[in-house]
Amino acid sequence: MIEQRKLRVATVSLAGCFGCHMSLLDIDEHLFELLDRIDFDRSPLTDIKHCGPCDIGLVEGGVCNAENVHVLREFRANCRTLVALGACAVNGGLPAQRNHLDLGACLDEVYRSRPGLACAAVPNDPELPLLLDKVHPIHEVVRVDYFLPGCPPSGEAIWKFLADLVNGRTPRVTGPLLHFD
Amino acid sequence: MSAEVPQALIDEVLRTAGSTPDRLLQILVTLQAQLDFLPPTLISRLAEQLGMPRSRVEGVAGFYSFLHLAPAGRYRVRFSDNIIDRMLGSEALMATMCANLQLRPGVPSADGRVTVSTTSCTGMGDQGPAVLVNDRAIGRLNHQRVMEICDLIRHDAPLSAWPEELFHVDDNIRRADALLSSPMVAGSALAKAVALGRDGWLAQMQASKLRGRGGAGFTTAVKWLACRDAAGADKVVVCNADEGEPGTFKDRVLLNRHADLVFEGMTLAAWATGARDGLLYLRGEYAWLRPQLEATLAARRAAGLLGSGILGQTGFDFDIAIHLGAGAYVCGEESALLESLEGKRGTPRIRPPFPVTHGYLGRPTVVNNVETLAKTCLIARDGGAAFAATGTAQSAGTKLLSISGDCARPGVYEYPFGVSIQQVLDDCGAADVLAVQVGGASGVTVAPYEFQRRIAFEDVPSAGAFMVFDSSRDIFEVARNFVHFFAHESCGFCTPCRVGTALLKGYMDKLAEGYGALQDLADIDWLDRLLKNASHCGLGSSAPNPVVDTLLKFRPAYERRIQHADFQPAFDLDGALARARQMTGRDDAGAHFDTGMGATR
Amino acid sequence: MSATFLLDGQPVSFEPGQTILEAARAAGRYIPHLCWHPDFPPHGSCKLCIVKVAGRHVSSCAMPAKEGWEVESDTPEMNGERRALLQMLFVEGNHFCPSCEKSGNCQLQALAYDLEMMTPRFNHFFPDRPVDASHPDVLLDFNRCIYCELCVRASRDKDGKGIFALTNRGIHKHLVVNAESGRLADTDFSADDMAANICPVGVILHKRVGFAVPIGQRTYDEAPIHLVAMRPEAAGDD
Repeated sequence: MIEQRKLRVATVSLAGCFGCHMSLLDIDEHLFELLDRIDFDRSPLTDIKHCGPCDIGLVEGGVCNAENVHVLREFRANCRTLVALGACAVNGGLPAQRNHLDLGACLDEVYRSRPGLACAAVPNDPELPLLLDKVHPIHEVVRVDYFLPGCPPSGEAIWKFLADLVNGRTPRVTGPLLHFD
Repeated sequence: MSAEVPQALIDEVLRTAGSTPDRLLQILVTLQAQLDFLPPTLISRLAEQLGMPRSRVEGVAGFYSFLHLAPAGRYRVRFSDNIIDRMLGSEALMATMCANLQLRPGVPSADGRVTVSTTSCTGMGDQGPAVLVNDRAIGRLNHQRVMEICDLIRHDAPLSAWPEELFHVDDNIRRADALLSSPMVAGSALAKAVALGRDGWLAQMQASKLRGRGGAGFTTAVKWLACRDAAGADKVVVCNADEGEPGTFKDRVLLNRHADLVFEGMTLAAWATGARDGLLYLRGEYAWLRPQLEATLAARRAAGLLGSGILGQTGFDFDIAIHLGAGAYVCGEESALLESLEGKRGTPRIRPPFPVTHGYLGRPTVVNNVETLAKTCLIARDGGAAFAATGTAQSAGTKLLSISGDCARPGVYEYPFGVSIQQVLDDCGAADVLAVQVGGASGVTVAPYEFQRRIAFEDVPSAGAFMVFDSSRDIFEVARNFVHFFAHESCGFCTPCRVGTALLKGYMDKLAEGYGALQDLADIDWLDRLLKNASHCGLGSSAPNPVVDTLLKFRPAYERRIQHADFQPAFDLDGALARARQMTGRDDAGAHFDTGMGATR
Repeated sequence: MSATFLLDGQPVSFEPGQTILEAARAAGRYIPHLCWHPDFPPHGSCKLCIVKVAGRHVSSCAMPAKEGWEVESDTPEMNGERRALLQMLFVEGNHFCPSCEKSGNCQLQALAYDLEMMTPRFNHFFPDRPVDASHPDVLLDFNRCIYCELCVRASRDKDGKGIFALTNRGIHKHLVVNAESGRLADTDFSADDMAANICPVGVILHKRVGFAVPIGQRTYDEAPIHLVAMRPEAAGDD
């Protein structure tokens, strides 16, 4: 019999809206069940800043800037199983709808040529992560093991998915639980 | 030039090329030959005059590579981009020409005079590197010739005033057998077939066991019989001279030197099937052959070998018209060719029904390759049994091979079927051979341990291309060139081919650019399988062939490009920050990715 | 007794000339499809309806059924290939379901649900495709086109207008409208045209009705496509 140790789970939102994290909280009373089985590592719920060795990483959001890339790589390096959680992580989602625009033109429009700007310049503080020329779903930047689409995936879908994963079943979300919108 | 095309020109073209929707492609080709491009107003006026929606005219014009809907210059220089031309230095020569004319590939010069771009194989692999300038072919390109062409363009010399020597094309016949060694008097084969009667002639064709030389190898007599027996009196014979398979040029030689054999073969097919109309579909890359082909047709009409009552036979009425293609490999697929003949986009049809019952304009149609038709003259002259006596059990007669690449004597070789690949390599003067690509991009990559295999339908089938690569070559780059070719030539009709060829191109480029990871090889396998299984026509299902074969037989050529054990993005992450660096003026450490860090995961 | 073939081991009877897909439908058996439509001859471009017969893949919408054939359709192998074809369609266009007003009524999305497509898998092309909002009643969002040509066929063969056509080729193939300006407003297109009501995805959209039915209560939110497509009224299904 395999020892039922608690699984370590990290979560993060990259170029996302935290809607998927909100949906995770929507599993309501299942949260107690879940917490019997897992501990959270880096997550907005713990305020741990860097991801340590984990069993599962849940990544919300696509990859739109340099920091996203660093965080995603950290997750990939530390999580045995990496999950793309929600539409943006799966296909770039709403942020990726800038992909047909030239990044320079966007920055120019927002920071330089808009009327009424007190200091018309593109911010260059090294604290600010640089933007990638395109927004990518996470599977275009690292290897991803599982995908759960939805904007956001419903609490039920997330619960079904996590319950499968935690119990050693290949996660399968089908029928009314599977949505892209 | 002005965007307004004179009405008189349009009227003249409609008068000569025809003015019905099925003539659309010929109308567009004729206009393109006289204009820098086909402006939007012209498309609208043509649609109106032909009584068809403008959208459809635009759709047809947009399909073919040699038709331009935006200004492309008075001179349109196209470098043949087959791997063979590249091996002969085409890329450096094109760069030289672009620098000399101060333009970027594919973009018209600032003065609107000229565009320099690439095109799929122009059928000059025996004398490359080759270019097309408008509808003329130039081979044996070198630095001096490139400079000469640049000067002529700069001085606005009309093509007709360019030195004729530039356009000289050699036949390079290196080995002649039954077909190429025996001159035939025009009409002599036809006279024999006519003497046999239609049924007697078909019986000889059946006895000959002749199979199609275009690649598929369907028995020609079966096709002719099916067409003869199909319902409908208005049968059609089509000669497929859309020799687009990269690395082949033997049809070019047949059309240049033995056009009478080809036209006589078409007439023999008409005698067998009862067809009255013949169409020769000539690829746009061979448009320069058209004047002499028309002259041959005129001579045959004058000799009573075309027209009504051929050779005095009442009811034997047959004539041949030439249709031009305009740069679309897929039109070599017979049902796409029929669509193109009907003036449409070259999209392969759903089969069944097959062309023998529902072909050109729905009429029963025989579509045969140039070489196949020429061979029927031998059968008429010598009899079916004599023809069947050569070659192998399942591959009667001889085969023309177009040999190019790393060999001393590139050119056309005629062999009885069954010749070994090693024999061919010895004859053409190839040494230290790494691989031979038999049958063109869609064919088979043959490794040295297979050189005893034979050219025959039952072993290594071939439509005629035979490209030799010696050990100095990188076979991965050969496969990548072919993958680019298929992506460029996909008609885009079906999902697997339209998207699959583009994805496959992406994976091959990823490997070439140093981002290869082990996972990519698995993805390539998966794409190969989808293309092969799910494609609508032979283009899609054979598009993965060069990758499948080279992955099997030359796997290290791929493995040495695998830089990463597991996964690697397909794009340059640091490069993806370049625009933001430029906009912010930042170049600090945080403005770059440490490419060493975690990049392998 | 009429002729029959076996579909996944179950007998299906057919009339001479009937395609595999038509015969299967008549027998109440669903084979996935996108470009096939009961009012039109088979088109065979989407390839979602591929089935395996004697080891060969064929388009079931176009292939006439033959006596005694053993046809494999609802198998892990065929569904796996269909899923990959859907993934190809998703990555070649810009399919952002959360911001598409066709979501829930989209056949591409519904098939992806049915075939459990959890990821687009391949690298996205992110093409730059325009939107044409010029027409007073209809919006064209080319980002979602899957080249089924149903609008082309409906406009040409049913509406008698030829509003739509395809131009270019390969991955660069795209729709054009019948106007020198390239604008739908400059054609005689009408929201009542069959072509305006046949798009299986979210390219041809009627203005001012996009969210009349809320997300979550739409056709494929209520029932999966393998049931919806078999309903008699599915012909002109939106």
